[in-house]
Amino acid sequence: MISTMSPKLRTAAAIVFWLAVWQVAAVQIDSVLFLPAPLTVAQRLGQLAQTAPFWHTALLSLCRVLLGMLWGTVLGSALAVLSCISRWLDAILSPAVRVIRATPVASFILLVFLWTDRDQVPVIIAALMVLPVVWGNVVRGIRECDPKLLELAKAYRFSRFKTARLIILPCVRPYFLSALTTSMGLAWKSGVAAEALVWPKLAIGTQIYNTKLYLETADLFAWTLVVIVLSLLLEKLFSSFTRHLERRTVL
Amino acid sequence: MIRLEHITLSFGEKHVLEDFSLTLPETGVTVLSGPSGCGKTTLLRILAGLELPERGRVTGISPEQTAILFQEDRLLPGRTVLQQLTDVMDKSHHQEAARWLELAELTGEESILPHQLSGGMGRRLALVRALALGGELYLLDEPFTGIDLPRRHRLMAALKRLGKPVVLVSHEPEILDLADHVISFSGPPLTTVK
Repeated sequence: MISTMSPKLRTAAAIVFWLAVWQVAAVQIDSVLFLPAPLTVAQRLGQLAQTAPFWHTALLSLCRVLLGMLWGTVLGSALAVLSCISRWLDAILSPAVRVIRATPVASFILLVFLWTDRDQVPVIIAALMVLPVVWGNVVRGIRECDPKLLELAKAYRFSRFKTARLIILPCVRPYFLSALTTSMGLAWKSGVAAEALVWPKLAIGTQIYNTKLYLETADLFAWTLVVIVLSLLLEKLFSSFTRHLERRTVL
Repeated sequence: MIRLEHITLSFGEKHVLEDFSLTLPETGVTVLSGPSGCGKTTLLRILAGLELPERGRVTGISPEQTAILFQEDRLLPGRTVLQQLTDVMDKSHHQEAARWLELAELTGEESILPHQLSGGMGRRLALVRALALGGELYLLDEPFTGIDLPRRHRLMAALKRLGKPVVLVSHEPEILDLADHVISFSGPPLTTVK
């Protein structure tokens, strides 16, 4: 029967199913401290949403994550181009980017906190998490460019700019967009984790940290929900943007 | 006078050209014919500057003065038929694109993308793109693959009207008949038969 449902209805059914599981678990545990019920969380979220600081907090966290993503994307792309231009630069950059990828995010958060202002830590951490993903995908995209088309560019005396615009960029684009989709979740997780460890003013992570201090589990769930909703909204916006791009240049 | 002088080129163990010399006719369409793998394509690539010979030299032409059509169409994905032409032309010559499209019999297909073209249409587009690039010597590798006979005749006539020397690789007997000059090879390593 479920196979005849529309995809939207199926998603709604799945959400209802998991909410029911949550409700049953909350009734069984019967402790707001350990697991508040979905309705309790919704009520708390409603209360929070009526205050101005809630929106400021959510907006500032969103800005930090987006700024981090932007920096990570710009730096990752630039370093990827450098890696592909020269073997020496690649030899120098590759290990550095791999170290960034392998280093635990907690180590980075504490280290960056020593060097800079607490407000900037989530931005830098989100950027550091995004950078290796973008770098790896862009490098792969550039290296996957059809050598026959690159030879054509040489034989047809294309300038470097024209070669990049007509041959390299279309080849890199799917890798780049996939990197952005992957790194969006990473940026949110690492950005909020950084906020929870360094407590900037007006930050979702700081609010999550405070819930631990005051044992406000409903607030923890409410703020987590905010992160999930913002992340999903961003993902949705991004996927409609990429669909629009694909429609413009059908490959 | 365009000359290849004492050219030697190998790919690993395979000797493709061994002390090879040739003077190309200065006008008209010259067809290079010979068995597959004898080195005809390599010869075009040397003239286009895409292969560097181990020994010997090319005189009378520089790679920047050539326009090559590759054995494959190599159309740019995501670029329309019209853009494939304007991409290789100076801005001041963009109005000539319509003339090239007419020659390729692709008028009206300007906004089509490469994956929507048939094999023959793609080949015709790749051919006129090489012609639109312009040069002092046109190097065409199997230009008529997938193109029907009447169109081959029309395109061959157009090549003769270019007023610049054209060197093309072809196996088709009717193309050999239409050519101004035919140079036959055997090999590898490449040697001139006649």
